[in-house]
Amino acid sequence: MRDTQFFLRWMAAAAAAVEREADRLTELDSPIGDADHGSNMLRGFTAVGGALDAEAPAAPGAVLQLAGRTLISTVGGASGPLYGTLLRRTGKELGEAAEVSDEELRKALYAGVGAVAQLGGAAPGDKTMLDALVPGVARLATSYRAAADAAENGALATVPMLARKGRASYLGERSIGHQDPGATSSALLFGALADVADVADVADGAAEAGEAA
Amino acid sequence: MSGLGTGEVGVVLVSHSAQVAESVAALARGLAGSGPAAPVAAAGGTADGGMGTSAELILSAARAVDRGAGVALLADLGSAVLTVKALLADDELPAGSRLLDAPFVEGAVAAVVAASAGAALDAVEAVAVEAYEYRKV
Repeated sequence: MRDTQFFLRWMAAAAAAVEREADRLTELDSPIGDADHGSNMLRGFTAVGGALDAEAPAAPGAVLQLAGRTLISTVGGASGPLYGTLLRRTGKELGEAAEVSDEELRKALYAGVGAVAQLGGAAPGDKTMLDALVPGVARLATSYRAAADAAENGALATVPMLARKGRASYLGERSIGHQDPGATSSALLFGALADVADVADVADGAAEAGEAA
Repeated sequence: MSGLGTGEVGVVLVSHSAQVAESVAALARGLAGSGPAAPVAAAGGTADGGMGTSAELILSAARAVDRGAGVALLADLGSAVLTVKALLADDELPAGSRLLDAPFVEGAVAAVVAASAGAALDAVEAVAVEAYEYRKV
């Protein structure tokens, strides 16, 4: 089971990943976007950290809903409502339970990704966040690491795609040959989840070994 | 619209640019006719004056123009549209708030003219959406 601390650590790991990769996200956003994805995401996830510290939500669903609301109100670009909707919808699906199973989280994230698709009106292959999120959630049933790898591969696979949504779509064929910044940051979110799960599972294993002894 | 009062419909203009939102609001008010114009508020740019969208500016603009008869929101593109939709999905905007599927400038003028004439939200929406039908060539 995954408790509130697990979700707080996930958001902290996501913020650290965004901070580490902010320059690269902005660089990817320069040829096909408006060169602000890294700074927007950094502003958003920094604010998420502050909000989680200030309000100390007491359940996994509450952590993600607060994170989502904070992203919507602080990012300033399209990634705000899109990531905000992803986390808020996922959090709503988790409800008020103090702990959630991996299966419950998988289903909730699946609903969250569906909400992103509905909000943005995009489909896989349009060179958007969904090209990482959709393969990512599809592999969650295998493991968090498999999901992170699938999301990363999905982001890499956006390079030859023609953008069909957002500002990049105005560039037509000139959008081909660039990795989508939103898919790249989506892969970071899954990577952070896998890292946090790895650490938690090692700790659980150690605790069980301790109990057995 | 059920559950809404009989005051004027408010109009909120959401643009990536504060100047665009303010200017289109001024244009729409200017073309609204001789009587008092319906409440119109601009929500342009980010809270720190940059290019982008601010959920806080949208929320405060919507509250400022809410007279209980509904609030019609028009947005230019990308994050402006998505932020309004995300706020609507979470019921954060005043009751009877609605994003209009309309061209920004022409739709804003149509919406403010209709709202100033006392049209209800459904009618304000209809004329703003209809602005897409006006062909220029």
